[in-house]
Amino acid sequence: MLYSEKVLDHFSNPRNVGEIENADGIGEVGNAKCGDIMKMYVKVDNGIISDVKFKTFGCGAAVATSSMATELIKGKSIDDALKLTNKAVVEALDGLPAVKLHCSVLAEQAIKSALADYYTKQGIDPTPIVGEIGECEECHH
Amino acid sequence: MEKRFVYADNAATTKVSKPVLDVMMPYFTEEYGNASSIYTLGRNAKKALETARETVAKTIGAETSEIYFTSCGSESDNWAIRSVCERLAAKGKKHIITSVFEHHAVLHTCQALEKLGFEVTYLPVYENGIVKTEDVKNAIREDTALVTIMYANNEIGTIQPVEEIAAVCREKGVLFHTDAVQAMGHVKIDVHAQGIDMLSLSGHKIHAQKGIGALYVRKGIPVTNLIFGGAQERNRRAGTENLPAIVGFAKAMEIAGKDIEKRAEKTAKQRDRLIEGILKLPRTRLNGDPVKRLPGTVNISIEGVEGESLLLMLDLNGICASSGSACTSGSLDPSHVLLALGLKHEVAHGSLRLSINDETTDEDIDYILEVVPKVVKRLRDMSPLWERICNEETV
Repeated sequence: MLYSEKVLDHFSNPRNVGEIENADGIGEVGNAKCGDIMKMYVKVDNGIISDVKFKTFGCGAAVATSSMATELIKGKSIDDALKLTNKAVVEALDGLPAVKLHCSVLAEQAIKSALADYYTKQGIDPTPIVGEIGECEECHH
Repeated sequence: MEKRFVYADNAATTKVSKPVLDVMMPYFTEEYGNASSIYTLGRNAKKALETARETVAKTIGAETSEIYFTSCGSESDNWAIRSVCERLAAKGKKHIITSVFEHHAVLHTCQALEKLGFEVTYLPVYENGIVKTEDVKNAIREDTALVTIMYANNEIGTIQPVEEIAAVCREKGVLFHTDAVQAMGHVKIDVHAQGIDMLSLSGHKIHAQKGIGALYVRKGIPVTNLIFGGAQERNRRAGTENLPAIVGFAKAMEIAGKDIEKRAEKTAKQRDRLIEGILKLPRTRLNGDPVKRLPGTVNISIEGVEGESLLLMLDLNGICASSGSACTSGSLDPSHVLLALGLKHEVAHGSLRLSINDETTDEDIDYILEVVPKVVKRLRDMSPLWERICNEETV
């Protein structure tokens, strides 16, 4: 398994690890059976993601994609965060081995899931804004 | 403690030892003859080849003519199984008995034969990772061609009752093959005394180089051709012999066959320290029988962490280990061995295999026992699964 230097850096020194107390939105995706769970916490101020933290159970790529995803949306507007694709996360990490691409999908879904929770808490139906958060397509369980 | 390099993955591969390398060296640049050539250089090569064969045979209690050199343990497994099955299929015997937790070299060969119309019985290995001889006995049928059960498991190190299984097979007139790649050097092997019909060996697990193995086939059991061509390996496996590797392998076998008990005693003590130390962590379990296991193999499941992360974190601390997690296999399912023990997927994902040998020092063990809890704590602190496990416990 060949990981890029950036993946290894984000794995060994993950950014934004932890929880946010009284988070405005919390999303959790993946499942233990597959070996990946990502939990994302967001704080939203005036439509801007002022803080984001994550906790991840998973492989090196899962930790690194979570870390990179939080970096890419921190300080950004919700609109921009929702536009973040798994591809952008992979590119920012200088690539991922093919078998690990599903980790980046999880990272994208974790953000969407946290923001969906934010909208739900605001009494707004998230589906028209966030869209459907699909199951991990790689997962056969 | 200062960071150090600790190689604890000897079940994956081993370092070529100095005595092995020393005996190999002349066969690269001086004694480089082809063992099939007629002149002195060639005859020297032939002599070295046959001496090596004799050494390998002697080490496992076989006759020289019963040893075939191959390129690896997987090749030996493939050859043994296919050889017997192809031949006996013509006599209407199209049933194979194996276990669910064999090495893939055996499992995938069996699966390939299933596609050719063979029927395969995969015996369970229960919670302790050991096949029951009684199950073998009950599974044998009129049309059983072969029983193939590994000597010791590569992931969890449990030792199988090969002698008892061999006896049952002998009684029922069924051939018995065992993959002894992990067992060699750690347990006493005597193929004739133990009634083993075929046995696979590999060089790189016992301090020889990668790319060399052997297959023992008891006299009287016909072997089909593996590679067609020249007359090497008694016409059964063509191709110029890899003499430096073969000579090195024989040396490694000679060393591996000596002082087994003494080495095992020291290593087992270190192994048990590792087990005891790591099991102090909450929500951990030893995989496989605590007693009937190889002296150097430890496999522990650590809940709430994922295996690949654990390995990467250990690597950052200089420790080489392995895991049965899905992520390390490149597939999405965790180790078939751990699932065979009845472990849940999420528990199997968090497994750690440490395989030590006689070069492992007590300081290495101290270091592993210092690093593992730290690394586990770090990963659990950031694990939502661990958080869930803790919450469930407090409820």
